Amino acid sequence: MSVSVSASGYAVLAEGVVKRYKEKGQKGKQGGDGGKRALDGFDLAVRPGTVHGLLGPNGAGKTTAVRVLATLLRYEAGRAEVAGLDVAREPRRVRSRIGLTGQYAAVDEGLTGRQNLEMFGRLFHLGNRRARQRAGELLDRFDLTEAADRAATEYSGGMRRRLDLASSMILQPDVLFLDEPTTGLDPRGRGEVWEAVRALVAGGTTVLLTTQYLEEADRLASHITVIDRGRAIADDTPDALKNRVGGDRIEVVAADPGDLDAVVKTVDRVAGGGLVVTDTPARRVHAQVADRVAALTEVARSLQDDGIAVEDIGLRRPSLDDVFLRLTGHGTENHDAPEVAA
Amino acid sequence: MTTRERDPATTGARRPGDGPGPDRGHSLAYWAVSDCWNITRRTLTHYQRQPVAIVWQLGFPILSLLLYGYVFGSAMLVPGGGGYREFLMPGMFAMTMAMGFMSTAVAVVTDASKGVVDRFRSMPMAPSAFASGRGAADLVVAAAELTILAVTALLIGWRADGGVLGALGAFGLLLLLRFSLIWVGVWLGMLVPTPEAAGGLYAVAFPLTMISSTFVSPSLMPDWLGFVAAWNPISSTATATRELFGNPVAGDGTWVEEHALLMAVVWPLVITLVFLPLAVRRFQGLSR
Ligand SMILES: Nc1ncnc2c1ncn2[C@@H]1O[C@H](COP(=O)(O)OP(=O)(O)OP(=O)(O)O)[C@@H](O)[C@H]1O
Ligand SMILES: [Mg+2]
Repeated sequence: MSVSVSASGYAVLAEGVVKRYKEKGQKGKQGGDGGKRALDGFDLAVRPGTVHGLLGPNGAGKTTAVRVLATLLRYEAGRAEVAGLDVAREPRRVRSRIGLTGQYAAVDEGLTGRQNLEMFGRLFHLGNRRARQRAGELLDRFDLTEAADRAATEYSGGMRRRLDLASSMILQPDVLFLDEPTTGLDPRGRGEVWEAVRALVAGGTTVLLTTQYLEEADRLASHITVIDRGRAIADDTPDALKNRVGGDRIEVVAADPGDLDAVVKTVDRVAGGGLVVTDTPARRVHAQVADRVAALTEVARSLQDDGIAVEDIGLRRPSLDDVFLRLTGHGTENHDAPEVAA
Repeated sequence: MTTRERDPATTGARRPGDGPGPDRGHSLAYWAVSDCWNITRRTLTHYQRQPVAIVWQLGFPILSLLLYGYVFGSAMLVPGGGGYREFLMPGMFAMTMAMGFMSTAVAVVTDASKGVVDRFRSMPMAPSAFASGRGAADLVVAAAELTILAVTALLIGWRADGGVLGALGAFGLLLLLRFSLIWVGVWLGMLVPTPEAAGGLYAVAFPLTMISSTFVSPSLMPDWLGFVAAWNPISSTATATRELFGNPVAGDGTWVEEHALLMAVVWPLVITLVFLPLAVRRFQGLSR
């Protein structure tokens, strides 16, 4: 799908952006016919003051999109604007309005946490005093005050991630790019990140967040763009997206492979015409349901009445896999595609 | 440019970046210097937090100084006459300065692989600052290294009788060589993928520093090798500093050797002119 909008009014705007990586060993100018298209006509429009989720599986092009928008990568075709500034033409002005947390923590391990933040603050041209003050504020916000004067080498993965995030928030940027900011964090660390993002947005910052977790995008974002093979394949609110994917699913694992057909029949009846997916080797049947509790009760009772033994039965929320299955017809990985029964 | 209202209660003074654009009214040149200084300061802080790093970095040259001075010292002859130790020390200084680009390269590739370079690149700092700041810090460290080496050399009996001015000039030329190779180091550091790969550069760099007048006169080598050695920038610096220290020179009678003082300035300038722009461009365009 494509998003066509005028330039003004969006905090981040990408229109038909194409980015090809040079193949290994490929000589000469980039842009020829060779090279894989990591972004292939990528469209994105982010409203100011919102959190926008960029959701996609490994290799979809999330990092590439973020790096293009954060002025780190040049693109070959299309148009990209951040904070109203053309990314290709005014990279330096864009840089003074953005913050970036890359997929891998960018922490200077030769310095302490505090020294990291002060250095980046000075390089953001805050001046000594303001940089020191800002470092103090951020250490406090990210619960790093105690560890502030320890070398960053001694930090745990989560602390490093938090320090990294703090560094990208030094300026209270207009637009903040977060590339999988909670990957590798424990639930508490995840919560802190979400908290910080919300606080920043309350202060007027626009956040573009990439993630592989539908749940994370759901919790934080008011809008989600789903990216696959370098293209935006959906752009909607989390609710609308989940509705398209079908909301909650009921899942039944039959104890006996011979009962599979009966299970499919029951689930199909309760699901009311929705797509029923059968995974024969796993003896698993699942389908989306509108009313989760009613469906679970009905299926369980019905199977018991028919005397069908069940190994497992439950409800599950739609995962990124489901989103992809629905939107693209292929899953996020090339695992054996389950048969689809009507 | 988009403008939007912010709630003053939540933003207020929270906009440290606000002001007249990213440059807060200062000129680009001001920020080039200021950003450079901040990167310098950062690099020196690394050393300050890890003084052991300097000791390790110095270990190799000091050991080779002792090794070559004592083990081979008596076995080698200087064509023009004079003590081998007097001949060797300025060569060792030049070689240490030349090998210094390796530590620059390793530091830069470490930054790049940790994503620190990406963060710098996503910030409004002067594009030259990453290279220039690194360079300034490395020069300070090199000056310290040189001092320690010279003291060690004096302790094992090296003498310089070129006078104070000569000695200062010699140190200046040595640092000039180190300065020019910093840009090679920064450039290589952003070219190789991992710190481990940077380690592999030693295999190339070490022979290159050996094919010079550091240890023996190029006139003692096979013709073609002697030619390469004589034109090696390290030889020019080594010969020029030998002259300035009042130590014996190789005396192979080539044009480059006779114009060593000139070439010890020309080579570093040429290297800088080629590699400084390459390093800065590489920083700006990394992985594009
Ligand atoms: N430096 C590079 N050189 C060549 N190809 C690359 C490079 N970086 C990424 N790619 C390719 O471009 C495509 C998009 O990669 P990208 O890193 O943007 O995906 P992603 O959505 O961030 O994935 P992940 O979830 O794994 O982080 C992939 O096919 C990847 O193999
Ligand atoms: Mg990625």
